Amino acid sequence: MSILIFADQAHGKIKKAALEAVQYGSKVAAQLGTTATALVLGPADNAELAALGNYGAAKVLHVADARLQEVESTVYTKIIAEAADKEGAAVIVFPHNFDGKAVAPRVAARLKAGLVAGAVSYPDTANGFVVKKTVFSGKAFANVNITSERKVIALTPNTFPAVAGSGTAAVEAFAPAINDADFKVKVIKTETVSGDIPLTEAEIIVSGGRGLKGPENWGILEDLAKALGAATASSRPVADAGWRPHHEHVGQTGLTVRPNLYVAIGISGAIQHLAGVNGSKVIVVINKDPEAPFFKAADYGIVGDAFEVVPKLTAAVKEFKGQ
Amino acid sequence: MKILVCISKTPDTTAKIAFTDNNTKFNEAGVQFIINPYDEWYALVRALELKETIGADVHLITVGGADCDAIIRKALALGGDEAFRINADSADSYYIAAQIAAHAKEKQYDIIFTGKETIDYNGSGIGGMVAELLDLPYVSIAAKFELNGTVATINREIEGGEEICEVSLPVVVSCQKGMAEARIPNMRGIMAARTKPLAVVEPVATDTLTSVVSFELPPAKAGVKLINPDNVGELVKLLHEEAKVI
Repeated sequence: MSILIFADQAHGKIKKAALEAVQYGSKVAAQLGTTATALVLGPADNAELAALGNYGAAKVLHVADARLQEVESTVYTKIIAEAADKEGAAVIVFPHNFDGKAVAPRVAARLKAGLVAGAVSYPDTANGFVVKKTVFSGKAFANVNITSERKVIALTPNTFPAVAGSGTAAVEAFAPAINDADFKVKVIKTETVSGDIPLTEAEIIVSGGRGLKGPENWGILEDLAKALGAATASSRPVADAGWRPHHEHVGQTGLTVRPNLYVAIGISGAIQHLAGVNGSKVIVVINKDPEAPFFKAADYGIVGDAFEVVPKLTAAVKEFKGQ
Repeated sequence: MKILVCISKTPDTTAKIAFTDNNTKFNEAGVQFIINPYDEWYALVRALELKETIGADVHLITVGGADCDAIIRKALALGGDEAFRINADSADSYYIAAQIAAHAKEKQYDIIFTGKETIDYNGSGIGGMVAELLDLPYVSIAAKFELNGTVATINREIEGGEEICEVSLPVVVSCQKGMAEARIPNMRGIMAARTKPLAVVEPVATDTLTSVVSFELPPAKAGVKLINPDNVGELVKLLHEEAKVI
């Protein structure tokens, strides 16, 4: 028996959410008295792979095939299922990110394994195998018992921050048979904003709404984000108006984020926006309307004009950080 | 061209979330139910747009009891041609996907659309599971879907951007914002929906692999600490010393 963790990578670098999944998987392994094996698909740096030992992996299976650079769910599923069989994996852990969402359900169906997607707890094995997950778009939790022999868990990013310890992982090349014909979905182009912190992995997010009055005013928000080392986000009306790109839209129909700190500037806090952010550990709201519903969900608030408050806050953050 | 759209009944986005029966059941009292927004606004409407531009039969499927009939009729009113309700009540994504796959295997669809997730269970699992059970390609979290003959060009979201991919039909696609613009049913559609076929089908025998033991609400917030706008340094201090987030 073992625990298998799908550790996804981008450009050879293991993603943050994947490190969290490896650490989670290794703790589940310790809970069940077994060891954790991480699986990395696509070209990756050997030092990156060995470093997964720092997050608790005893072994790393690596498929270096360059065709696996992007996720093809059919191919990935076959490989992960084969690795699960090879390792005798009782539990397969995924990060609940874009890659995990593309592959975890397929793997679960292939192995006829119960899936808990969006997990926020370690399994409770006192009565079955119960994992807590977010439901109702973050407004509640469900405790779900997985009754199948094999189990699949997709871990919500930023639930258990990855902390590097010291450990070594044995890196093993894994070479399952992969046929060109299996690549049914072909990626013809990738358009990403380089240099930005992906919102779903960001620890601090500075987000703007209609209160900023126009895209030309985003500079004050970006300055604050830069000072905090944060990613930038927006509310739906802002994305719909084309002030900001869609991938920055946070909320019910956009991204769900769980940063340690979410700073909302000029966002009233409609229930649909809250659905995307209520997993944040700390929420700061800056709004000139004292009646804005967002204040009810906030930990800290400033009632004031963003155009005056935000530059002052940026200066205070810079002073604090000695920049 | 035959398209299957998977729809699910969910509480309205503004519904108050509470539980009954010792926190084992969602409290439906006073709650308005809708078609899961991702299923309606993006999956269904994109299917209807394809129907209008290239001609297609749009079938709807849901797994649920008679209480789902109202949302199915609404989907028919928007322009769906036929509906199938698999008469079973389950929250297990494998069980639901197996029912959809059994139906789809028989009907042989060119495209199966689902929403990217439901807003109640947030499982994101149905599309991938249906694809696996039918051995079909799957593109998740798609924001754009264009068709050229039998080849689809699909934009799917990845961290900080998009991937544009190509796939030959048949395919399973989970849909999100960007796929289409939401529509409102018109009176003609509502009248027509009354006579469109809604078949109630008994489920196939399938295992359930998960079950919800209980629900819980997050702990209530302690209330907001307001900081004087002339003293923003105080906020920085609190974020560092009290909240420990910077």
